[in-house]
Amino acid sequence: MLRLEGLEIRQGEFGLSADWALEDGAVCAVMGPSGGGKSTLLATIAGFLAPGAGRVLWDGRDLTPLLPAARPISILFQDNNLFPHLTVERNLALGLDPRGRLDAERRRAIGEVLERVGLDGMGARRPAALSGGQQSRAALARVLLMDRALVLLDEPFAALGPGLRAEMLDLAREVLAGEGRTLLMVSHAPEDAARIASHIVLVDAGVAAAPEAAAPLLADPPPALRVYLGR
Amino acid sequence: MARWPGGIAAGLVLALTLGTLAAVIWRAGFALRLGPADLSAIWFTTWQAALSACVSVVLAMPVARALARRRFFGRGALVTLLGAPFILPVVVAVIGLIGVFGRGGLLNDALGLAGLGPVSVYGWHGVVLAHVFFNLPLAVRLILQGWIAIPAERFRLAASLGAPVGRLLEGPMLRAVVPGAFAVIFLICLTSFAVALTLGGGPRATTVELAIYQSLRFDFDLGRAAVLAMVQFGLCAAAALMVRTAGAPEALGAGLDRVVERFEPGGQLRDAVAIALATLFLMGPLAMIVARGAPGLFDLPDGVWAAALRSISVALGATVLTLALALALVLRGGGLAQLSMLLPLAASSLVMGTGLFVVLYPLVSPRDVALVVTGWVNAAMALPFAARVLAPAVAQAEAAHGRLATSLGLAGWARLRWLLLPRLRRPLGFAAGLTAALSMGDLGVIALFAGDGEATLPLLMVRLMSAYRMEQAAGVALVLLGLSLALFWIFDRGGRVDAAA
Repeated sequence: MLRLEGLEIRQGEFGLSADWALEDGAVCAVMGPSGGGKSTLLATIAGFLAPGAGRVLWDGRDLTPLLPAARPISILFQDNNLFPHLTVERNLALGLDPRGRLDAERRRAIGEVLERVGLDGMGARRPAALSGGQQSRAALARVLLMDRALVLLDEPFAALGPGLRAEMLDLAREVLAGEGRTLLMVSHAPEDAARIASHIVLVDAGVAAAPEAAAPLLADPPPALRVYLGR
Repeated sequence: MARWPGGIAAGLVLALTLGTLAAVIWRAGFALRLGPADLSAIWFTTWQAALSACVSVVLAMPVARALARRRFFGRGALVTLLGAPFILPVVVAVIGLIGVFGRGGLLNDALGLAGLGPVSVYGWHGVVLAHVFFNLPLAVRLILQGWIAIPAERFRLAASLGAPVGRLLEGPMLRAVVPGAFAVIFLICLTSFAVALTLGGGPRATTVELAIYQSLRFDFDLGRAAVLAMVQFGLCAAAALMVRTAGAPEALGAGLDRVVERFEPGGQLRDAVAIALATLFLMGPLAMIVARGAPGLFDLPDGVWAAALRSISVALGATVLTLALALALVLRGGGLAQLSMLLPLAASSLVMGTGLFVVLYPLVSPRDVALVVTGWVNAAMALPFAARVLAPAVAQAEAAHGRLATSLGLAGWARLRWLLLPRLRRPLGFAAGLTAALSMGDLGVIALFAGDGEATLPLLMVRLMSAYRMEQAAGVALVLLGLSLALFWIFDRGGRVDAAA
């Protein structure tokens, strides 16, 4: 279970606090106005930013002193989720082992996840030879391969068209959340949240509120969310 | 990234620059005495550098302006050519300049037809001429960069307002760019050795570097060399500060192919004349290198290929060293690394070499290590340029992909192998090409210590020139030019081929 314990994030004038827990297997959308600190919250959980105070805990274990790669977390960024100079297979291999070694067993495992995300036989391609949607699938395949318990999505599909984005979100929920992983995703689009989220965290006015069940929240939004949604 | 490789590299660079100077002082004993010859060398060094920089920048302005606003056949080739003098060996260029401006050169032939007396290329004006030849193209590139950096919208806005473009846009741009260009060229001309050795000399055209050479070579007066080296360090440090204050412009960047939109008519003739004269001034000596060198190819002196092999070996060794040092320093970052990347700009390569010999002398004979020492000195001298090429590329790779690499746990060697080296292929190739070409054409330490059997191509050329075997020297010049360009091309190409997006 993810637990943020008295978390305080400071960046110059900007500040954000969070103090809550998220149940395992949740698909949680992080929503709120631009510049509110949604990406900052994810970066802190992932370990790219050190919090000014408080701890990030997973199943009671303190993650705060750990390097990003040592946390039970995988993250997809807005862009640059694949190294453009490496083939898809090599990109995925780095998810299994930072030294990038490939043996028969790993090739088989990579082939399997590529098949699951619909990229069968595309392992030898470089990202530039894939469409935007295929690149997203390859990045999802790596997350799947890394098999970490908590997956952070920092709007990795934002550059895709609405149809493709919905498709990717469905795929993410199906292959990632379907196996008991916890998903925390930044979202700008309420329809995305309505589509796949079980919970919503509202980030506004320097506070990341505790997760609430998505359906009732969207049906009857509190004032801050109402303003954000423009209703 | 681990910080120890950068620490070792910084230590090496500090030892090569400040350490060698300390070694010379330790050996000679230090006493700050400057004789009249030293003072005149300091005076000459300063004013010739100022004059060379001034002439280069003033002449560059109309050329850059013309290139900025005209699109014509061969413009791309000309802009590329403007980058060539940087990798052109100095002694080779001198052969070309003598072919145009020397006795029996094109200019004197023409003057003779008109019944005018011959002019000499030797002396202070020859030194300034050569410096302008080398640095006019640099100045044009720097100022052209300034022109192209003015957003097109501003020109459109000025045109729609009917405002004078010169006073509104170009004047402020020039005031921002020209001081930096001047300072960079001033610094380059301060350290001039090969030009002064071949075209200058005598009491009225001796630079500090040349005076260091003379005191080491002919008097073996280490004390005087050390004092002069300190002076040289001071001069260069002051000039480097000037560059910093003026805001060092970006010289090595690409993207000079844009043409500025202009809306006011006229000026075609002036632009055409500026471009034609600049092209003539650059192409003339280059053409003479080929014209003079081609006959010499059939009469190459003995030992030219052995010298070529030595030059290539030194260049390759220096290239490996420079890339390793530059990469280690850039990846370490911080104040110490920054200092190490700049120090060689202020150091005298002759003193560097001498210091190494002073340290090595009890252990080995100077002649045995002349080439190794030359390689190390060349590596240090090329370091600032290589680091300048690599630093932005490393920053870019880290900005775009650093978080991904960190999230995957790529650290140390794995990060270098999977993230940095592949992203740096092009700048690494370019930096390697620059270093190899600079080292191929270097004439410095080697002139001090090489015996008959250790000459590199530039040294062989100088020996032939001082024996008045100009045709053979020109032949060797062509060989040297060909090899330098080939090395540059191979490395630069190697970085581009199959470099995926």
